[in-house]
Amino acid sequence: MKTILSPAVAAVLIAGCATQLSDDEARQRAERVFRETFTHGNRQMAARVDQQDEAQALCSLYRNDPPREIAAKIEQTQAATLRYPTSGKLMGDWRQGEKIAQDGYGMRFTDPDPKRPNGGNCYNCHQIAPQEISFGTVGPSLYRFGKLRGNAEAIQKYVYGKIYNSEASLACSNMPRFGHNGVLTEEQITHLVALLLDPDSPVNK
Amino acid sequence: MRIERVLAGLLAVILPCAAPAQQDTQKGIERYRQLLAEGNPADLWEARGEQLWKTPRGPKNVSLEQCDLGLGPGVVKGAAARLPRYFPDTDRVQDIESRLATCMVTLQGFKPEEALRNPFSAPGRHSDMEALASFVAAESKGMKLDVPIRHPKEIEAFRIGEQLFYRRAGPYDFACVSCHGENGKRIRLQELPRLTDPGDAQKIFTSWPAYRVSQGTVRTMQHRLYDCYWQMRHPQMDYTSEASIALMVYMAKYANGGTINAPGLKR
Repeated sequence: MKTILSPAVAAVLIAGCATQLSDDEARQRAERVFRETFTHGNRQMAARVDQQDEAQALCSLYRNDPPREIAAKIEQTQAATLRYPTSGKLMGDWRQGEKIAQDGYGMRFTDPDPKRPNGGNCYNCHQIAPQEISFGTVGPSLYRFGKLRGNAEAIQKYVYGKIYNSEASLACSNMPRFGHNGVLTEEQITHLVALLLDPDSPVNK
Repeated sequence: MRIERVLAGLLAVILPCAAPAQQDTQKGIERYRQLLAEGNPADLWEARGEQLWKTPRGPKNVSLEQCDLGLGPGVVKGAAARLPRYFPDTDRVQDIESRLATCMVTLQGFKPEEALRNPFSAPGRHSDMEALASFVAAESKGMKLDVPIRHPKEIEAFRIGEQLFYRRAGPYDFACVSCHGENGKRIRLQELPRLTDPGDAQKIFTSWPAYRVSQGTVRTMQHRLYDCYWQMRHPQMDYTSEASIALMVYMAKYANGGTINAPGLKR
């Protein structure tokens, strides 16, 4: 039988195809839409979010739950980025660490002072010192972290590495890669290590 | 930081003594919310919005009363419960705010940039959009959210929103899901809705626009997303961008069935 598609039927069919976007097509369109979203903002910031690095792209693709071999690959490449302080000193001053843990300043488009150091936002997601009752629960509680684990060099290295690049030990962790992404300096990270591990820190009292 | 300042204020009001248990803190905040809810300042925005809706304005000196919000010209009741949705005349999926802007252009004769110029109020500067969106949303109060995801462009918006929800980027590696992917989590003391959980989504999505105590003004859903990207260390999101509306459609999929309770009242 000879069939002729009327324009109306053709339109429905085309519309039908549009509903069948593959995941790849949806992703490509989302990327285009994303790039058209920040046209009035800071161009440097826009370039930084437009371009995902490998870990960001893979974690987005797998919705933070990558298959085991992908997770291993991410952890391997992220572990290769770990840099420890040249001084060899991993534990700084817990008092400064507490200030950094409280501070949410930095890298928002309304944060104008590049000379003011960035904060770590730690309390936004973690319980840390017990005196601070306004803490978040996105990450695990870190109260008594050092009391339970001591402060030998191995645990200092672990904590420093976790803050520097959380994905070196856990692919697609929710935690920002503070050192790797240039949010916190080496010295700031050593102060946070002290906040968690120094026996004098309120965390371990 | 704003959050800390406001929380300090809240705690000073609601906590009679130092070092309370977490649960008491949460209860205190809920009690405070309840007190405020008995007289939501957003009522003032809603009333001003209704006034703006009915007042002839713009180069053509007409009111917005014939604006088509999706249910036909002049129908405001229930329209917000079905937004965002696809509009054939603009060939776009539009939310409350972008549709209001369309009506300001087509009915009242404003230039597009005029209609979109002042979306978020600042101290000493009102936003007509905040008032109009409050009015339109309130006209669906008590109705069930029923955002259509049927037209190909609505489905496409949903699929794009889904991708964006999981898209990690920037110096903090954040995506929407970083904060809104699990039940029962908090940032500081602020509870975080899991936006893919209908239980959470139905409560949250239906309560915008909302009076924000911390900002002393009504904020819209557009502002909520702009503020999220600010926290995520992304640049300034363009007002009524396609991405913002795609994210709303994605959220609405899980929020559908919830009861509209806007304008709401939030921290």
